[in-house]
Amino acid sequence: MTSPSPSASTDKGGPAISADKLTKRFGDRVAFEDVSFEIGYGEVFGFLGPNGAGKTTTVRTLGTLLTPSSGSASVAGLPLTPANGVDIRRRIAIMPESPGLYQRLSVLENLQCFADLYEINDARSRIQAVLAAVGLADRANDRSGVLSKGLRQRVALARALLSDPEILFLDEPTSGLDPAAARDVHELIGQLRERGVTIFLTTHRLDEAEKLCDRVAILNATLLSVGRPEDLRDQLFAKSLRVVTLAPLTDPAAVFGQIASVTRWSEEPPSTYVLVISDSRAAAPAVTRALAAAGADVVSIGEEQHTLEDVYLQLVDEPQAQ
Amino acid sequence: MRRVRAIMLKELREYGRNRSLVAAMALYPLIFTVQPLIAIFVAPSAAAASLAGRHELSFMLGIPILVPAALAAFAVAGERQQETLEPVLATPITREEFLLGKALAVFLPALVIAYVVFALFIAVVELFAKPGIAPALIGTDDVIVQVLFTPLLAAWSIWVGIAVSTRSNDVRVAQQLSVLSSLPLILITIMLSFSIIQPSFELVVFLGALLLVADVIGWRLIAPLFNREKLISGPH
Repeated sequence: MTSPSPSASTDKGGPAISADKLTKRFGDRVAFEDVSFEIGYGEVFGFLGPNGAGKTTTVRTLGTLLTPSSGSASVAGLPLTPANGVDIRRRIAIMPESPGLYQRLSVLENLQCFADLYEINDARSRIQAVLAAVGLADRANDRSGVLSKGLRQRVALARALLSDPEILFLDEPTSGLDPAAARDVHELIGQLRERGVTIFLTTHRLDEAEKLCDRVAILNATLLSVGRPEDLRDQLFAKSLRVVTLAPLTDPAAVFGQIASVTRWSEEPPSTYVLVISDSRAAAPAVTRALAAAGADVVSIGEEQHTLEDVYLQLVDEPQAQ
Repeated sequence: MRRVRAIMLKELREYGRNRSLVAAMALYPLIFTVQPLIAIFVAPSAAAASLAGRHELSFMLGIPILVPAALAAFAVAGERQQETLEPVLATPITREEFLLGKALAVFLPALVIAYVVFALFIAVVELFAKPGIAPALIGTDDVIVQVLFTPLLAAWSIWVGIAVSTRSNDVRVAQQLSVLSSLPLILITIMLSFSIIQPSFELVVFLGALLLVADVIGWRLIAPLFNREKLISGPH
Protein backbone atom coordinates (compact mmCIF):
# COMPACT_ATOMS: atom_id res chain seq x y z
CA MET A 1 0.00 0.00 0.00
CA THR A 2 1.36 3.42 -0.85
CA SER A 3 0.87 6.85 0.66
CA PRO A 4 -2.14 6.60 2.97
CA SER A 5 -1.41 10.22 3.90
CA PRO A 6 -2.92 13.20 2.16
CA SER A 7 -1.38 15.02 -0.78
CA ALA A 8 -3.30 18.24 -0.13
CA SER A 9 -2.86 20.64 2.75
CA THR A 10 -3.69 19.88 6.33
CA ASP A 11 -3.33 23.49 7.43
CA LYS A 12 -6.61 23.42 9.37
CA GLY A 13 -4.67 21.60 12.07
CA GLY A 14 -5.15 18.03 10.93
CA PRO A 15 -6.62 15.93 8.17
CA ALA A 16 -10.13 16.52 6.87
CA ILE A 17 -10.86 12.83 7.33
CA SER A 18 -8.82 10.16 9.01
CA ALA A 19 -9.68 6.54 9.59
CA ASP A 20 -7.70 4.14 11.74
CA LYS A 21 -8.50 0.44 11.46
CA LEU A 22 -12.13 1.39 10.88
CA THR A 23 -14.40 -1.65 10.64
CA LYS A 24 -18.11 -2.13 10.08
CA ARG A 25 -19.90 -5.45 10.49
CA PHE A 26 -23.58 -6.28 10.17
CA GLY A 27 -23.85 -9.33 12.40
CA ASP A 28 -21.40 -11.84 10.97
CA ARG A 29 -21.10 -10.06 7.66
CA VAL A 30 -18.10 -7.78 7.24
CA ALA A 31 -18.88 -4.65 5.21
CA PHE A 32 -15.31 -3.35 5.48
CA GLU A 33 -12.51 -3.88 7.96
CA ASP A 34 -9.23 -2.38 9.10
CA VAL A 35 -9.58 0.59 6.80
CA SER A 36 -6.97 3.28 7.49
CA PHE A 37 -6.29 6.46 5.52
CA GLU A 38 -6.05 10.21 5.83
CA ILE A 39 -7.48 12.85 3.53
CA GLY A 40 -6.24 16.44 3.52
CA TYR A 41 -8.41 19.52 3.31
CA GLY A 42 -9.06 20.46 -0.32
CA GLU A 43 -8.18 17.02 -1.58
CA VAL A 44 -10.31 15.08 -4.06
CA PHE A 45 -10.13 11.51 -2.84
CA GLY A 46 -11.44 8.71 -5.03
CA PHE A 47 -12.89 5.60 -3.44
CA LEU A 48 -13.01 2.70 -5.85
CA GLY A 49 -14.08 -0.89 -5.54
CA PRO A 50 -16.38 -3.53 -6.98
CA ASN A 51 -20.05 -3.78 -6.08
CA GLY A 52 -20.44 -4.82 -2.45
CA ALA A 53 -16.91 -3.76 -1.57
CA GLY A 54 -18.17 -1.52 1.24
CA LYS A 55 -17.80 1.89 -0.42
CA THR A 56 -21.30 3.18 0.38
CA THR A 57 -21.13 1.70 3.88
CA THR A 58 -17.85 3.57 4.41
CA VAL A 59 -19.48 6.82 3.29
CA ARG A 60 -22.44 6.20 5.59
CA THR A 61 -20.15 5.40 8.48
CA LEU A 62 -18.02 8.51 8.00
CA GLY A 63 -21.24 10.48 7.52
CA THR A 64 -22.47 9.35 11.00
CA LEU A 65 -25.37 7.37 9.56
CA LEU A 66 -23.88 4.08 10.72
CA THR A 67 -21.87 3.39 13.84
CA PRO A 68 -18.49 1.75 13.28
CA SER A 69 -18.03 -1.70 14.84
CA SER A 70 -14.42 -0.98 15.76
CA GLY A 71 -11.57 1.34 14.96
CA SER A 72 -11.65 5.11 15.07
CA ALA A 73 -12.01 8.03 12.71
CA SER A 74 -12.27 11.78 12.65
CA VAL A 75 -14.31 13.83 10.20
CA ALA A 76 -13.89 17.58 9.72
CA GLY A 77 -11.63 17.66 12.75
CA LEU A 78 -14.10 15.94 15.07
CA PRO A 79 -13.81 12.41 16.43
CA LEU A 80 -16.41 10.13 14.89
CA THR A 81 -18.55 9.55 17.98
CA PRO A 82 -22.33 9.60 18.47
CA ALA A 83 -21.97 12.74 20.58
CA ASN A 84 -20.38 14.59 17.66
CA GLY A 85 -22.96 13.40 15.12
CA VAL A 86 -24.87 16.67 14.79
CA ASP A 87 -21.70 18.80 14.63
CA ILE A 88 -20.11 16.54 12.02
CA ARG A 89 -23.27 16.59 9.91
CA ARG A 90 -23.30 20.39 10.04
CA ARG A 91 -19.87 20.41 8.34
CA ILE A 92 -20.41 17.74 5.71
CA ALA A 93 -22.89 16.87 2.99
CA ILE A 94 -23.64 13.53 1.41
CA MET A 95 -24.97 13.07 -2.07
CA PRO A 96 -26.16 9.46 -2.19
CA GLU A 97 -26.16 7.38 -5.34
CA SER A 98 -29.93 7.65 -5.64
CA PRO A 99 -31.01 11.31 -5.85
CA GLY A 100 -33.68 10.76 -3.15
CA LEU A 101 -35.96 13.69 -3.88
CA TYR A 102 -39.50 14.23 -2.62
CA GLN A 103 -41.21 13.55 -5.88
CA ARG A 104 -44.47 15.36 -5.13
CA LEU A 105 -42.60 18.53 -4.19
CA SER A 106 -41.06 21.02 -6.56
CA VAL A 107 -37.31 21.45 -6.86
CA LEU A 108 -37.60 24.67 -4.87
CA GLU A 109 -39.66 23.00 -2.11
CA ASN A 110 -37.15 20.17 -1.87
CA LEU A 111 -34.28 22.59 -1.46
CA GLN A 112 -36.26 24.83 0.91
CA CYS A 113 -36.83 21.83 3.20
CA PHE A 114 -33.11 21.05 3.31
CA ALA A 115 -32.16 24.71 3.73
CA ASP A 116 -34.34 24.69 6.85
CA LEU A 117 -32.81 21.40 8.05
CA TYR A 118 -29.37 23.04 7.80
CA GLU A 119 -30.79 26.27 9.30
CA ILE A 120 -29.35 28.28 6.43
CA ASN A 121 -29.77 32.04 6.67
CA ASP A 122 -31.03 33.78 3.55
CA ALA A 123 -32.10 30.44 2.19
CA ARG A 124 -33.76 31.83 -0.94
CA SER A 125 -30.60 33.42 -2.34
CA ARG A 126 -28.55 30.37 -1.40
CA ILE A 127 -31.02 28.12 -3.22
CA GLN A 128 -30.83 30.33 -6.31
CA ALA A 129 -27.02 30.19 -6.16
CA VAL A 130 -26.84 26.38 -5.99
CA LEU A 131 -29.48 25.97 -8.69
CA ALA A 132 -27.47 28.27 -10.93
CA ALA A 133 -24.31 26.29 -10.12
CA VAL A 134 -25.91 23.08 -11.42
CA GLY A 135 -27.65 24.79 -14.34
CA LEU A 136 -31.20 24.42 -13.04
CA ALA A 137 -32.13 28.02 -12.27
CA ASP A 138 -35.06 27.83 -14.68
CA ARG A 139 -36.44 24.53 -13.31
CA ALA A 140 -37.03 25.60 -9.70
CA ASN A 141 -40.80 25.22 -9.89
CA ASP A 142 -40.82 21.89 -11.71
CA ARG A 143 -42.13 18.93 -9.76
CA SER A 144 -39.20 16.66 -8.91
CA GLY A 145 -41.09 13.54 -9.96
CA VAL A 146 -41.26 14.63 -13.59
CA LEU A 147 -37.55 15.36 -13.95
CA SER A 148 -35.23 13.01 -15.83
CA LYS A 149 -32.68 10.97 -13.86
CA GLY A 150 -29.93 13.33 -14.91
CA LEU A 151 -31.82 16.42 -13.76
CA ARG A 152 -32.74 14.76 -10.46
CA GLN A 153 -29.07 13.96 -9.98
CA ARG A 154 -28.28 17.62 -10.47
CA VAL A 155 -30.92 18.65 -7.94
CA ALA A 156 -29.34 16.21 -5.48
CA LEU A 157 -25.98 17.84 -6.11
CA ALA A 158 -27.51 21.28 -5.57
CA ARG A 159 -28.96 20.00 -2.29
CA ALA A 160 -25.54 18.74 -1.21
CA LEU A 161 -24.04 22.17 -1.92
CA LEU A 162 -26.71 24.07 0.02
CA SER A 163 -24.88 24.09 3.33
CA ASP A 164 -21.53 25.01 1.77
CA PRO A 165 -19.93 21.93 3.36
CA GLU A 166 -16.28 21.53 4.29
CA ILE A 167 -16.41 17.92 3.15
CA LEU A 168 -18.60 16.62 0.37
CA PHE A 169 -19.27 12.90 0.00
CA LEU A 170 -20.31 12.13 -3.57
CA ASP A 171 -21.55 8.60 -4.13
CA GLU A 172 -21.50 7.90 -7.88
CA PRO A 173 -22.36 11.51 -8.77
CA THR A 174 -22.38 10.99 -12.54
CA SER A 175 -24.33 7.75 -12.49
CA GLY A 176 -27.06 8.01 -15.12
CA LEU A 177 -25.83 11.29 -16.54
CA ASP A 178 -25.20 11.87 -20.23
CA PRO A 179 -21.62 12.78 -21.19
CA ALA A 180 -22.33 16.52 -21.34
CA ALA A 181 -24.01 16.51 -17.92
CA ALA A 182 -21.18 14.38 -16.50
CA ARG A 183 -18.66 16.89 -17.85
CA ASP A 184 -20.60 19.69 -16.09
CA VAL A 185 -20.40 17.75 -12.83
CA HIS A 186 -16.67 17.25 -13.33
CA GLU A 187 -16.25 20.99 -13.85
CA LEU A 188 -18.26 21.67 -10.73
CA ILE A 189 -16.07 19.29 -8.74
CA GLY A 190 -13.05 21.15 -10.10
CA GLN A 191 -14.51 24.46 -8.95
CA LEU A 192 -15.24 23.04 -5.51
CA ARG A 193 -11.68 21.79 -5.23
CA GLU A 194 -10.41 25.28 -6.09
CA ARG A 195 -12.58 26.64 -3.26
CA GLY A 196 -10.93 24.20 -0.86
CA VAL A 197 -13.82 21.78 -0.45
CA THR A 198 -12.66 18.28 0.41
CA ILE A 199 -14.34 15.75 -1.83
CA PHE A 200 -14.74 12.06 -1.09
CA LEU A 201 -15.78 10.55 -4.40
CA THR A 202 -16.95 6.99 -4.83
CA THR A 203 -17.21 5.99 -8.44
CA HIS A 204 -17.17 3.04 -10.79
CA ARG A 205 -15.87 5.25 -13.54
CA LEU A 206 -12.12 4.84 -13.40
CA ASP A 207 -11.55 7.50 -16.06
CA GLU A 208 -13.46 9.89 -13.83
CA ALA A 209 -11.35 8.98 -10.82
CA GLU A 210 -8.14 9.34 -12.80
CA LYS A 211 -9.21 12.72 -14.13
CA LEU A 212 -10.55 14.22 -10.91
CA CYS A 213 -8.80 12.63 -7.97
CA ASP A 214 -5.58 13.63 -6.28
CA ARG A 215 -5.42 10.20 -4.69
CA VAL A 216 -7.50 7.07 -4.88
CA ALA A 217 -8.18 4.19 -2.54
CA ILE A 218 -9.15 0.78 -3.81
CA LEU A 219 -11.40 -1.11 -1.45
CA ASN A 220 -12.63 -4.66 -1.50
CA ALA A 221 -13.82 -5.06 2.09
CA THR A 222 -10.23 -4.30 3.07
CA LEU A 223 -8.21 -1.43 1.68
CA LEU A 224 -6.08 -2.80 -1.15
CA SER A 225 -4.16 0.34 -1.94
CA VAL A 226 -4.10 4.10 -1.42
CA GLY A 227 -2.09 6.57 -3.41
CA ARG A 228 -1.81 8.87 -6.38
CA PRO A 229 -2.90 7.09 -9.57
CA GLU A 230 0.54 7.49 -11.15
CA ASP A 231 2.25 6.13 -8.04
CA LEU A 232 -0.03 3.10 -8.04
CA ARG A 233 0.78 2.50 -11.68
CA ASP A 234 4.51 2.73 -11.02
CA GLN A 235 4.17 0.46 -8.03
CA LEU A 236 2.24 -2.23 -9.83
CA PHE A 237 3.54 -2.09 -13.35
CA ALA A 238 7.12 -1.98 -14.56
CA LYS A 239 7.85 0.68 -17.15
CA SER A 240 8.02 -0.81 -20.59
CA LEU A 241 8.56 0.07 -24.22
CA ARG A 242 6.56 -1.49 -27.03
CA VAL A 243 8.57 -1.84 -30.22
CA VAL A 244 6.92 -2.80 -33.51
CA THR A 245 9.11 -3.61 -36.53
CA LEU A 246 8.09 -4.22 -40.12
CA ALA A 247 9.60 -7.72 -40.11
CA PRO A 248 10.70 -10.00 -37.25
CA LEU A 249 14.23 -9.36 -35.99
CA THR A 250 16.66 -12.12 -36.84
CA ASP A 251 18.36 -12.00 -33.46
CA PRO A 252 16.36 -9.89 -30.97
CA ALA A 253 18.48 -11.10 -28.03
CA ALA A 254 21.54 -9.56 -29.62
CA VAL A 255 19.72 -6.29 -30.24
CA PHE A 256 18.06 -5.81 -26.83
CA GLY A 257 20.48 -7.76 -24.64
CA GLN A 258 23.23 -5.20 -25.04
CA ILE A 259 21.18 -2.23 -23.77
CA ALA A 260 21.85 -1.51 -20.09
CA SER A 261 18.49 0.14 -19.36
CA VAL A 262 16.53 -2.85 -20.73
CA THR A 263 16.14 -5.30 -17.87
CA ARG A 264 14.22 -7.97 -19.81
CA TRP A 265 12.22 -8.34 -22.97
CA SER A 266 9.59 -10.55 -24.56
CA GLU A 267 8.34 -11.13 -28.06
CA GLU A 268 4.73 -10.92 -29.27
CA PRO A 269 4.80 -12.56 -32.72
CA PRO A 270 5.14 -11.71 -35.43
CA SER A 271 7.16 -8.54 -34.87
CA THR A 272 6.26 -6.80 -31.61
CA TYR A 273 8.68 -6.65 -28.66
CA VAL A 274 7.90 -5.55 -25.13
CA LEU A 275 10.97 -4.30 -23.28
CA VAL A 276 10.93 -3.84 -19.51
CA ILE A 277 13.09 -0.79 -18.82
CA SER A 278 14.54 0.97 -15.84
CA ASP A 279 14.56 4.48 -17.33
CA SER A 280 12.47 5.47 -20.32
CA ARG A 281 14.52 8.61 -21.12
CA ALA A 282 17.71 6.55 -21.44
CA ALA A 283 16.18 3.41 -22.92
CA ALA A 284 14.19 4.83 -25.85
CA PRO A 285 17.17 6.47 -27.64
CA ALA A 286 19.40 3.43 -26.97
CA VAL A 287 16.76 1.04 -28.35
CA THR A 288 16.29 3.23 -31.41
CA ARG A 289 20.04 3.25 -32.06
CA ALA A 290 20.32 -0.53 -31.56
CA LEU A 291 17.44 -1.19 -33.95
CA ALA A 292 18.93 1.12 -36.57
CA ALA A 293 22.33 -0.58 -36.18
CA ALA A 294 20.64 -3.96 -36.69
CA GLY A 295 19.07 -2.66 -39.90
CA ALA A 296 15.51 -3.10 -38.62
CA ASP A 297 12.60 -1.19 -40.18
CA VAL A 298 10.91 0.36 -37.15
CA VAL A 299 7.15 0.94 -37.34
CA SER A 300 6.78 2.41 -33.83
CA ILE A 301 8.45 2.71 -30.45
CA GLY A 302 6.32 3.85 -27.52
CA GLU A 303 6.13 3.66 -23.78
CA GLU A 304 3.34 1.35 -22.63
CA GLN A 305 0.67 3.36 -20.78
CA HIS A 306 -1.09 1.67 -17.88
CA THR A 307 -4.37 3.21 -16.84
CA LEU A 308 -5.99 3.35 -13.45
CA GLU A 309 -8.24 0.62 -14.78
CA ASP A 310 -5.20 -1.65 -15.13
CA VAL A 311 -4.26 -0.87 -11.53
CA TYR A 312 -7.81 -1.48 -10.36
CA LEU A 313 -8.18 -4.77 -12.19
CA GLN A 314 -4.77 -5.94 -11.03
CA LEU A 315 -5.60 -5.22 -7.38
CA VAL A 316 -9.18 -6.38 -7.38
CA ASP A 317 -8.64 -9.50 -9.47
CA GLU A 318 -5.44 -10.57 -7.68
CA PRO A 319 -7.06 -11.80 -4.44
CA GLN A 320 -9.82 -13.50 -6.41
CA ALA A 321 -7.27 -15.35 -8.51
CA GLN A 322 -5.40 -16.60 -5.44
CA MET B 1 -37.61 24.17 16.05
CA ARG B 2 -36.83 25.18 12.47
CA ARG B 3 -35.91 21.61 11.61
CA VAL B 4 -39.09 20.23 13.20
CA ARG B 5 -41.09 22.78 11.22
CA ALA B 6 -39.23 21.85 8.02
CA ILE B 7 -40.17 18.19 8.36
CA MET B 8 -43.74 19.03 9.35
CA LEU B 9 -44.32 21.39 6.41
CA LYS B 10 -42.72 18.95 4.01
CA GLU B 11 -45.00 16.17 5.25
CA LEU B 12 -48.12 18.34 5.03
CA ARG B 13 -47.26 19.29 1.45
CA GLU B 14 -46.78 15.63 0.57
CA TYR B 15 -50.08 14.61 2.20
CA GLY B 16 -51.93 17.27 0.23
CA ARG B 17 -50.55 15.93 -3.06
CA ASN B 18 -50.93 12.25 -2.31
CA ARG B 19 -54.29 11.01 -3.62
CA SER B 20 -54.48 7.95 -1.39
CA LEU B 21 -53.83 10.02 1.73
CA VAL B 22 -56.32 12.69 0.69
CA ALA B 23 -58.85 9.90 0.08
CA ALA B 24 -58.14 8.44 3.53
CA MET B 25 -58.56 11.87 5.15
CA ALA B 26 -61.93 12.25 3.41
CA LEU B 27 -63.21 8.68 3.59
CA TYR B 28 -62.80 7.88 7.28
CA PRO B 29 -64.70 10.98 8.48
CA LEU B 30 -67.46 10.14 5.99
CA ILE B 31 -67.74 6.57 7.28
CA PHE B 32 -68.03 7.74 10.87
CA THR B 33 -70.46 10.56 10.09
CA VAL B 34 -72.88 9.25 7.48
CA GLN B 35 -74.12 6.24 9.43
CA PRO B 36 -74.97 8.19 12.62
CA LEU B 37 -76.53 10.99 10.62
CA ILE B 38 -78.81 8.59 8.75
CA ALA B 39 -79.75 6.89 12.02
CA ILE B 40 -80.54 10.22 13.61
CA PHE B 41 -82.55 11.64 10.71
CA VAL B 42 -84.74 8.57 10.34
CA ALA B 43 -85.39 8.50 14.09
CA PRO B 44 -88.78 9.95 15.08
CA SER B 45 -89.06 12.50 17.88
CA ALA B 46 -90.36 9.71 20.07
CA ALA B 47 -86.96 8.04 19.92
CA ALA B 48 -85.39 10.94 21.82
CA ALA B 49 -85.97 9.26 25.17
CA SER B 50 -84.11 6.12 24.14
CA LEU B 51 -81.20 8.18 22.77
CA ALA B 52 -80.74 10.04 26.00
CA GLY B 53 -79.05 7.18 27.79
CA ARG B 54 -76.79 6.25 24.93
CA HIS B 55 -73.52 7.64 23.72
CA GLU B 56 -73.94 7.61 19.94
CA LEU B 57 -71.34 10.34 19.55
CA SER B 58 -68.52 8.13 20.77
CA PHE B 59 -68.80 6.41 17.38
CA MET B 60 -67.12 9.50 15.95
CA LEU B 61 -63.98 8.85 17.99
CA GLY B 62 -63.14 6.49 15.14
CA ILE B 63 -61.99 9.54 13.16
CA PRO B 64 -59.03 10.45 15.41
CA ILE B 65 -58.14 6.76 15.49
CA LEU B 66 -58.15 5.94 11.78
CA VAL B 67 -57.07 9.20 10.12
CA PRO B 68 -53.73 9.34 12.00
CA ALA B 69 -53.23 5.60 11.48
CA ALA B 70 -53.41 6.09 7.71
CA LEU B 71 -51.19 9.19 7.68
CA ALA B 72 -48.57 7.96 10.15
CA ALA B 73 -48.01 4.82 8.11
CA PHE B 74 -46.57 7.11 5.43
CA ALA B 75 -43.97 8.60 7.82
CA VAL B 76 -41.00 6.31 7.25
CA ALA B 77 -42.27 3.94 4.55
CA GLY B 78 -42.93 6.98 2.34
CA GLU B 79 -39.36 8.20 2.84
CA ARG B 80 -38.03 4.73 2.20
CA GLN B 81 -40.08 4.36 -0.99
CA GLN B 82 -38.73 7.66 -2.33
CA GLU B 83 -35.18 6.86 -1.09
CA THR B 84 -35.12 10.14 0.81
CA LEU B 85 -34.16 8.78 4.23
CA GLU B 86 -30.42 8.96 3.66
CA PRO B 87 -30.29 12.61 2.56
CA VAL B 88 -32.54 13.68 5.44
CA LEU B 89 -30.64 11.70 8.06
CA ALA B 90 -27.36 13.12 6.74
CA THR B 91 -28.47 16.60 7.85
CA PRO B 92 -27.96 17.88 11.42
CA ILE B 93 -31.50 16.85 12.42
CA THR B 94 -31.71 14.82 15.63
CA ARG B 95 -33.89 11.75 15.87
CA GLU B 96 -36.22 13.52 18.33
CA GLU B 97 -36.65 16.45 15.92
CA PHE B 98 -37.31 14.05 13.05
CA LEU B 99 -39.85 12.07 15.03
CA LEU B 100 -41.55 15.19 16.41
CA GLY B 101 -41.82 16.73 12.93
CA LYS B 102 -43.37 13.54 11.61
CA ALA B 103 -45.76 13.18 14.55
CA LEU B 104 -46.94 16.80 14.45
CA ALA B 105 -47.57 16.56 10.71
CA VAL B 106 -50.07 13.79 11.48
CA PHE B 107 -51.42 15.11 14.76
CA LEU B 108 -52.45 18.56 13.55
CA PRO B 109 -54.51 17.55 10.50
CA ALA B 110 -56.03 14.64 12.42
CA LEU B 111 -57.10 16.99 15.20
CA VAL B 112 -58.45 19.60 12.80
CA ILE B 113 -60.40 17.01 10.80
CA ALA B 114 -61.82 15.33 13.92
CA TYR B 115 -62.91 18.59 15.58
CA VAL B 116 -64.28 20.19 12.41
CA VAL B 117 -66.28 17.09 11.48
CA PHE B 118 -67.60 16.81 15.04
CA ALA B 119 -68.59 20.49 15.07
CA LEU B 120 -70.32 20.17 11.71
CA PHE B 121 -72.09 17.03 12.89
CA ILE B 122 -73.44 18.81 15.95
CA ALA B 123 -74.46 21.83 13.90
CA VAL B 124 -76.34 19.64 11.40
CA VAL B 125 -78.10 17.70 14.17
CA GLU B 126 -79.02 20.91 16.02
CA LEU B 127 -80.38 22.51 12.86
CA PHE B 128 -82.05 19.66 11.02
CA ALA B 129 -82.84 16.74 13.37
CA LYS B 130 -86.40 16.24 14.54
CA PRO B 131 -87.42 18.08 17.72
CA GLY B 132 -86.04 16.56 20.91
CA ILE B 133 -83.35 14.53 19.19
CA ALA B 134 -80.50 17.05 19.49
CA PRO B 135 -80.73 17.65 23.25
CA ALA B 136 -81.10 13.90 23.84
CA LEU B 137 -78.10 13.06 21.70
CA ILE B 138 -75.67 15.82 22.54
CA GLY B 139 -74.85 15.85 26.21
CA THR B 140 -72.15 18.01 27.75
CA ASP B 141 -70.35 14.88 28.92
CA ASP B 142 -70.27 13.53 25.34
CA VAL B 143 -68.74 16.76 24.05
CA ILE B 144 -66.11 16.78 26.80
CA VAL B 145 -65.22 13.15 26.09
CA GLN B 146 -64.93 13.93 22.39
CA VAL B 147 -62.73 16.97 22.98
CA LEU B 148 -60.42 15.24 25.46
CA PHE B 149 -60.19 11.79 23.89
CA THR B 150 -59.56 13.02 20.34
CA PRO B 151 -55.91 14.06 20.96
CA LEU B 152 -55.26 11.09 23.25
CA LEU B 153 -56.49 8.57 20.68
CA ALA B 154 -54.78 10.38 17.81
CA ALA B 155 -51.44 10.32 19.62
CA TRP B 156 -51.72 6.59 20.27
CA SER B 157 -52.62 5.90 16.63
CA ILE B 158 -49.65 7.99 15.51
CA TRP B 159 -47.20 5.96 17.56
CA VAL B 160 -48.67 2.68 16.30
CA GLY B 161 -48.66 3.94 12.70
CA ILE B 162 -45.10 5.21 12.89
CA ALA B 163 -43.90 2.00 14.54
CA VAL B 164 -45.45 -0.01 11.70
CA SER B 165 -43.98 2.42 9.16
CA THR B 166 -40.43 2.01 10.45
CA ARG B 167 -40.72 -1.71 9.76
CA SER B 168 -42.12 -1.43 6.27
CA ASN B 169 -40.87 -0.64 2.78
CA ASP B 170 -44.30 -0.27 1.26
CA VAL B 171 -46.68 2.55 2.15
CA ARG B 172 -49.86 0.61 1.34
CA VAL B 173 -48.82 -2.39 3.39
CA ALA B 174 -47.91 -0.05 6.24
CA GLN B 175 -51.32 1.65 6.02
CA GLN B 176 -53.19 -1.63 6.07
CA LEU B 177 -51.23 -2.90 9.07
CA SER B 178 -51.56 0.41 10.85
CA VAL B 179 -55.32 0.57 10.35
CA LEU B 180 -55.58 -3.08 11.36
CA SER B 181 -53.70 -2.33 14.58
CA SER B 182 -56.22 0.37 15.38
CA LEU B 183 -59.23 -1.94 15.18
CA PRO B 184 -59.29 -2.86 18.91
CA LEU B 185 -59.74 0.82 19.75
CA ILE B 186 -62.46 1.15 17.09
CA LEU B 187 -64.21 -1.83 18.63
CA ILE B 188 -64.25 -0.10 22.02
CA THR B 189 -65.77 3.07 20.55
CA ILE B 190 -68.44 0.98 18.77
CA MET B 191 -69.24 -0.87 22.01
CA LEU B 192 -69.60 2.49 23.76
CA SER B 193 -71.86 3.93 21.08
CA PHE B 194 -74.10 0.87 21.09
CA SER B 195 -74.15 0.87 24.92
CA ILE B 196 -72.52 -2.55 25.11
CA ILE B 197 -70.11 -0.88 27.51
CA GLN B 198 -71.79 1.55 29.89
CA PRO B 199 -69.27 4.29 30.56
CA SER B 200 -69.20 5.54 34.10
CA PHE B 201 -67.34 8.68 35.10
CA GLU B 202 -64.67 6.50 36.76
CA LEU B 203 -64.25 4.35 33.66
CA VAL B 204 -63.84 7.40 31.43
CA VAL B 205 -61.22 8.90 33.74
CA PHE B 206 -59.44 5.55 33.93
CA LEU B 207 -59.41 5.14 30.15
CA GLY B 208 -58.21 8.73 29.69
CA ALA B 209 -55.37 8.23 32.18
CA LEU B 210 -54.51 4.90 30.57
CA LEU B 211 -54.29 6.51 27.13
CA LEU B 212 -52.18 9.38 28.47
CA VAL B 213 -49.71 6.93 30.00
CA ALA B 214 -49.74 4.84 26.82
CA ASP B 215 -49.00 7.96 24.73
CA VAL B 216 -46.00 8.86 26.89
CA ILE B 217 -44.73 5.26 26.78
CA GLY B 218 -45.36 5.29 23.01
CA TRP B 219 -43.00 8.26 22.54
CA ARG B 220 -40.34 6.51 24.63
CA LEU B 221 -40.69 3.29 22.64
CA ILE B 222 -40.80 4.89 19.20
CA ALA B 223 -37.89 7.33 19.66
CA PRO B 224 -35.25 4.53 19.69
CA LEU B 225 -36.73 3.18 16.44
CA PHE B 226 -35.67 6.48 14.86
CA ASN B 227 -32.06 5.49 15.34
CA ARG B 228 -30.25 6.38 12.09
CA GLU B 229 -28.65 2.98 11.69
CA LYS B 230 -31.97 1.17 12.13
CA LEU B 231 -33.74 3.44 9.67
CA ILE B 232 -30.98 3.22 7.06
CA SER B 233 -30.49 -0.52 7.44
CA GLY B 234 -34.21 -0.99 6.82
CA PRO B 235 -36.73 -3.45 8.14
CA HIS B 236 -34.80 -6.59 7.14
